[in-house]
Amino acid sequence: MIDSVDTAKKNPDTSQPWAELGLKQDEYESIKQILGRRPTSSELAMYSVMWSEHCSYKSSKVHLRQFADKAPKTDALLVGIGENAGVVDIGAGWAVTFKVESHNHPSYVEPYQGAATGVGGIVRDIISMGARPIAVMDPLRFGPADAPDTRRVLPGVVAGIGGYGNCLGLPNIGGELVFDESYAGNPLVNALCIGSMKHEDIHLASAKGVGNLVVLYGARTGGDGIGGVSVLASETFDADGPAKRPSVQVGDPFMEKLLIEATLEVLHAGLVEGIQDLGGAGISCATSELASNGEGGMHVYLDRVPLRDASLSPEEILMSESQERMCAVVTPEKIDKFMALCKKWDVEAVVIGEVTDTGRLVIEWHGEMIVDVPPRSVAHDGPVYERPFHRPSWQDALQADAPTPERLPRASTPEGIKQTLMELIASPNLASKSWVTSQYDRYVMGNTVLAQPEDAGMIRIDEETGLGVAISTDCNSRFAKLDPYAGAQLALVESYRNISVAGAKPLAVTNCLNFGSPEDPEVMWQFAQATTGLADACRELGIPVTGGNVSFYNQTGDTAINPTPVVGVLGVIDDVDRRTPMAWDEDGDLIYILGETFDEFAGSEWAHLQGHLGGLPPKVNFSMERLLSEIMVAASRDGMITAAHDVSDGGVGVAITEMALRANKGARFWIPDNIDPFVFLFSESTARAIAVIARTEELRFTEMCAARGMSATRFGVVDSGLGADSGYPGEQVIVVDSLFTFTIEALREANEATLPALFGG
Amino acid sequence: MSARIGVVTFPGSLDDADAARAIRIAGATPVALWHGDANLQNVDAVVLPGGFSYGDYLRCGAIAKFAPVMSLIIEKAQAGLPVLGICNGFQILCESHLLPGALTRNDHQHFICVDQKLQIESNETLWTRDFVPGQQIVIPLKNGEGGYVASEATLDELFSENRVVATYVGNNPNGSYRNIAGISNKAGNVVGLMPHPEHAVEALTGPSTDGIPFFTSVLKSLVGAT
Repeated sequence: MIDSVDTAKKNPDTSQPWAELGLKQDEYESIKQILGRRPTSSELAMYSVMWSEHCSYKSSKVHLRQFADKAPKTDALLVGIGENAGVVDIGAGWAVTFKVESHNHPSYVEPYQGAATGVGGIVRDIISMGARPIAVMDPLRFGPADAPDTRRVLPGVVAGIGGYGNCLGLPNIGGELVFDESYAGNPLVNALCIGSMKHEDIHLASAKGVGNLVVLYGARTGGDGIGGVSVLASETFDADGPAKRPSVQVGDPFMEKLLIEATLEVLHAGLVEGIQDLGGAGISCATSELASNGEGGMHVYLDRVPLRDASLSPEEILMSESQERMCAVVTPEKIDKFMALCKKWDVEAVVIGEVTDTGRLVIEWHGEMIVDVPPRSVAHDGPVYERPFHRPSWQDALQADAPTPERLPRASTPEGIKQTLMELIASPNLASKSWVTSQYDRYVMGNTVLAQPEDAGMIRIDEETGLGVAISTDCNSRFAKLDPYAGAQLALVESYRNISVAGAKPLAVTNCLNFGSPEDPEVMWQFAQATTGLADACRELGIPVTGGNVSFYNQTGDTAINPTPVVGVLGVIDDVDRRTPMAWDEDGDLIYILGETFDEFAGSEWAHLQGHLGGLPPKVNFSMERLLSEIMVAASRDGMITAAHDVSDGGVGVAITEMALRANKGARFWIPDNIDPFVFLFSESTARAIAVIARTEELRFTEMCAARGMSATRFGVVDSGLGADSGYPGEQVIVVDSLFTFTIEALREANEATLPALFGG
Repeated sequence: MSARIGVVTFPGSLDDADAARAIRIAGATPVALWHGDANLQNVDAVVLPGGFSYGDYLRCGAIAKFAPVMSLIIEKAQAGLPVLGICNGFQILCESHLLPGALTRNDHQHFICVDQKLQIESNETLWTRDFVPGQQIVIPLKNGEGGYVASEATLDELFSENRVVATYVGNNPNGSYRNIAGISNKAGNVVGLMPHPEHAVEALTGPSTDGIPFFTSVLKSLVGAT
């Protein structure tokens, strides 16, 4: 029996499962107030998914406002926060859109499909802006590498990302792979997509023009993912573990590939007035958002929706999160052409409704009205919470527990320092990630200029001019745990630095804010601190946040994950030929460290390996980060620099090892004066990079650094002929004077063996 | 007028734009061919690009062989039209019986993307004339189902007739029998390759430019023919 609007009016006291659908008592009362009656079961389904934390940002909204309020003045932003993804002007008529989203809980429940559909969802966000997706990246975080559950989840997640992304033909150009105890019961699977378009191709999600038709196209609607949003994304896993398999969606990358091509073709043919992807909350979200952004009214015939399972109820159809579906608004004159292009790509398309001027979203089911709501109340005017927050009681004690040499002894002998470096580069967080990245296609489309393990991924946009973009995501969540305000800023400056080191100018920021339960005032404090820190840092660096995503409830029982504000920075480079790779090449090139090294070990990889987390994270210095960025970009543009690498996780010791492994060529180093070797090699001070300079450019480069006040210290030279003198004839070796000598082969063996040993060959 | 080389786009083709770029860099004109059109637009040669045609559902390449454009390509290939199948294109050529054997799931069960060292075994095909036998090259390899299999008799025949075009050097990346990376038909006009020469045509984006000779080779044979 259908619960129509009439039935709802006639039976006002029918009891409804609002609590099971994740609504709170006051939210249910407020729906009744908006409608002047009890909602129908279909309306209840819509409100419950759209007012879920995942869709409504009800706990985060008040904090996210800072990204707009504090945004630096910029001309680069063509479309700002609030749309599916922000759009950035990169010059010459080109624009780029990028966004990162979480798919954490689905990926824990069903690693392959959870991760696969995470890629699918973010790709549809990008195409709904009118852009062609050009690359993906995946920041991933798991529990300890040797934990049994990590072995269950990680291979499935990687296979899912590869299985879906490879089949879409999108190069996977980087990402992150981090292991930490705090993610043991709640891994983080974030997915980033970047797309490019000409300015005139930008499209927005709005249903304008009374009488225009609403077309649903793509895959058929099935029973998968029902309640995914409200049940999965907005509830904490209990200690019993997952038992919610049917809530995870199942992806079909082939259909998504057809959807990309069909969508871009109808957009470029000028056949579309407004467009929206179907992701979380499915048809409920797409229809209410389109209507809310447009003329305000829409009439939908829900029984026209093509179904995979004919037994689905209207409530289920409204909530279904079946993948690979899009919704477009098309004028009646253009509908035939639109349908013909869908047919060309074998994509099923059906007119499910039209735009009206009633100010109401009305949905019919076989002639009965089952939904009659003001669309804004569903899509935009959901509840907003000022959740209480306070500084955790343990925060002071944590910060007081600094890793001083007394508390955490440091190696002081050459043998001990050598051993430390070996342990670091073999540790799961710093080991070679090629076991993962070799399962992703990085070549497809033929525009990948830089990819993992480089500092940033870089993609050529314009084959004629060489205009390109660079992108990087970063977050050290241990820093964020020690100080969430500084931690978010440290994530930003690292990502900003990665872009600059590759030779690109940072332009814009996206984020994926992964936190525990917002109902926990201590988690909420972390969130408030992190958002404020990030907004302040963006203002300092002069780059705006263009959009992002919040993922709450990342916790098991009462234990929240480390606050994990993943920050992505996008940069532009006029000619990708000028990129700076991380591998040195020419014998005799000089190796410089830019920036100053302090005794900063709290939250470092070295401290993590010792099982220690305490103290205050490294200091952030915005003016030095800006200066470093300007110098790296100028050095790349003017051809002064042959290679460069960001110094962060594991410090200088790990940075030079990574460069040597990439180059497969030796070098000689010495520890600069007046600094402790251990501190120089392993501290994680910020605003530093390693720069490799041709001898002929040395004077010009050092004069530029001196004139601008950037500390630049020569501490090495590329030398492929060190093997014989150091007892390894015929081999490439790294020599650090009076400390140690390594063959690159030995380093490579240690660096590359770790992940295969853990996850199979 | 430069030679016209067709690149077929099936639903799910991914490396079609890359193949077209490689053809341009080699000095020819790429011509887009659509899977649903039984029309080869008078092209001088055809590239079947990599990807997941029709989602690779059923079996890789199994559905593509029934595409209207393929019936023409099969007919013309048997009459001497140069055809290069890369990755999914190789799978389609095997499914179409233009080449013997089959491509199976990688023996390690993972998709793999690596810069692969190959040895060119034969330059007696229309697509490998610009190489010398024994030459070693590095081009990307990326596949989930790239393990070449065939009967012992077929393998013996391929080697004895000099129809093994390239073999893997060092690690066998996918379990291919006798390290086979690519083969040709008896006439040498149809070549299937699992690795991707079209991703190695620019130093900026590829591991090398070792892929270019595959495309320049066919141009020479076309010039020679006219």
